[in-house]
Amino acid sequence: MSTNNDVLLQVEDLYVHFPIYSGFIRRQVGAVHAVDGIGFAIKRGETLGLVGESGSGKSTTGRAILQLLRPTSGSVHFDGTDLVALKGEKLRHMRRKMQMIFQDPYASLNPRMTVGEIVGEPLIVHNMAKSSEVEARVKHLLEVVKLEPSFSSRYPHEFSGGQRQRIGVARALALQPSFIVCDEPISALDVSIQAQVVNLLEDLQGQFNLTYLFIAHDLSMVRHISDRVAVMYLGAIMELASRDEIYLRPLHPYTQALLSAIPIPDPIADSKRKRVILQGDIPSPVNPPSGCRFRTRCPIAQEVCAESRPEFREIKPGHFVACFFAERFL
Amino acid sequence: MPDFILDVQGLETTFKTPDGVIHAVNGVSFGLAEGETLGVVGESGCGKSVTMLSVLGLIPSPPGKVVTGKAIFSRQDLLKMSKEDLRHIRGSQISMIFQDPMTSLNPVLTIGRQLTEPLELHLGMTKEQARERAAELLRMVGIPNGKERLNDYPHQFSGGMRQRVMIAMALSCSPQILIADEPTTALDVTIQAQITDLVKRLRDELGMAIIWITHDLGVVAGLAQRVLVMYGGYIIEEAPINELFLNPEHPYTIGLLGSLPRVDELEHTKLLSIEGLPPVLYQKPNACPFAPRCKWAMEHCWNENPPLLEVGPEHRAACWVDTRTGRHR
Repeated sequence: MSTNNDVLLQVEDLYVHFPIYSGFIRRQVGAVHAVDGIGFAIKRGETLGLVGESGSGKSTTGRAILQLLRPTSGSVHFDGTDLVALKGEKLRHMRRKMQMIFQDPYASLNPRMTVGEIVGEPLIVHNMAKSSEVEARVKHLLEVVKLEPSFSSRYPHEFSGGQRQRIGVARALALQPSFIVCDEPISALDVSIQAQVVNLLEDLQGQFNLTYLFIAHDLSMVRHISDRVAVMYLGAIMELASRDEIYLRPLHPYTQALLSAIPIPDPIADSKRKRVILQGDIPSPVNPPSGCRFRTRCPIAQEVCAESRPEFREIKPGHFVACFFAERFL
Repeated sequence: MPDFILDVQGLETTFKTPDGVIHAVNGVSFGLAEGETLGVVGESGCGKSVTMLSVLGLIPSPPGKVVTGKAIFSRQDLLKMSKEDLRHIRGSQISMIFQDPMTSLNPVLTIGRQLTEPLELHLGMTKEQARERAAELLRMVGIPNGKERLNDYPHQFSGGMRQRVMIAMALSCSPQILIADEPTTALDVTIQAQITDLVKRLRDELGMAIIWITHDLGVVAGLAQRVLVMYGGYIIEEAPINELFLNPEHPYTIGLLGSLPRVDELEHTKLLSIEGLPPVLYQKPNACPFAPRCKWAMEHCWNENPPLLEVGPEHRAACWVDTRTGRHR
């Protein structure tokens, strides 16, 4: 474990398996390998983008970091403390410092609570404010996310998707956390509203010195908001590097294919691109392919890829990749 | 214009709700040329899907109602046709694919049964002929062992495969027009690339015209020849594809393009966001529907809703302001 002060979150060897039970005595017959041995670090004040297709395990990773799902094995050091080893009151205490913004602003707000109750609840639960102070704090938080303070007596259904997502952001900020997991915070929103929320998240990061894990499948938005980017496929990280390295000099064939699949809103630039179109679908995480998990769709796969799992290695300073043949793209 | 295979004029559609009548489509006119791919872009609630559903007579009524308009297809007005006649056109000459392939396939019927139904119904094929053709269609949309997979049920296919089945079904009677309503929105990017590639290939092979409805300007850029941008139930800009992306004229289009981050972006710039929310129109507006969110809005914009004005060759925009000079056109 590095004791580097710059590192806020260090994930090592994280596994999350969901058991599958079957038969009369509910014997375990297998497991969904949702997250299968990943490791990365997030520095203080930075945004790490985590991208991948549906089923790649990116949301599970986010939840396992916050201990909303208990990892099968591995460690998550937050500010020097291993969260996996904590429980009860101690874990609850740590939760103040790490919050989450959810994907669906329609499902993540209780429809029977007013906005004031939603945003104020964390303050009461964690004894962070006297009941007389809560109202003032809530109004201030609503102002911070650019909503009218008078909205606090209204209910979630009275708001649009973008406004609800702002309410979710205000709730996440209530405990003054240092780390926020943003789990696809904008994918349920319309294009013109997405930009509003992303700009807000960027402003807040500067204002409160926040560290983000930004989970998304929209690679353009991840490029926009992230400092570094990790690409996940079927429970494993395929490549991790600085934003420009990933987008300009991707070394993993999956990253290359993923990038070339993104439509660019410019017909002239779009027609000049070389496209790599992957065949087939993402395999089932119940029995992932042997060796490299991407080999079944990989354009450059060879025999060795089926035999052993490529190491997630630092191929050049700060650029990690899990591929036997990454050198050929250097 | 005579060379349009589909010519829609002055289409208006409303929905009755407990809160009042919502004007979802407010006088939309456009044409579709033979073999052309037309992109229709807009955010949720802008009327893009309702426009196409109205043309095909698929608006549930009540609460929906096509108030006025014409939709001329092979010299007949689709909006005046009997349900029976319209059903013959739908699925054979004009077909449609939808966003969510799981909800548009019947879960208790095999793919084979669902694919052969239109072939028997519209083309009068026998069971054997229809199965033969269905297997061929599956091969055409890139599903291997088509013949065996005819006996599978929709849940046995992945999302991308289901959308391929939907496309096979839509193409089964060789339609002249394919209307695609956000067909790739529910899919992952790598699968989206497979599907758009497939549609491009089939378009070139079969020469059909396509109307591609989407909120994703990126998808349109790689696919369409001409684009309509919709807002608040109006077409607010219409232009050939390159023209729209190089010289967007309407402030909404400019805002929409500015609010998209680009995967090929080199410098970090703040995204241009359009403040405010899209309107819900309980009455037809007397002002420009975009005026409350527009930074160029001037007095005229609040007094009269601009019609589509000619702003360049084949380029029309519904805006009183010339955004380059900030002055009235």
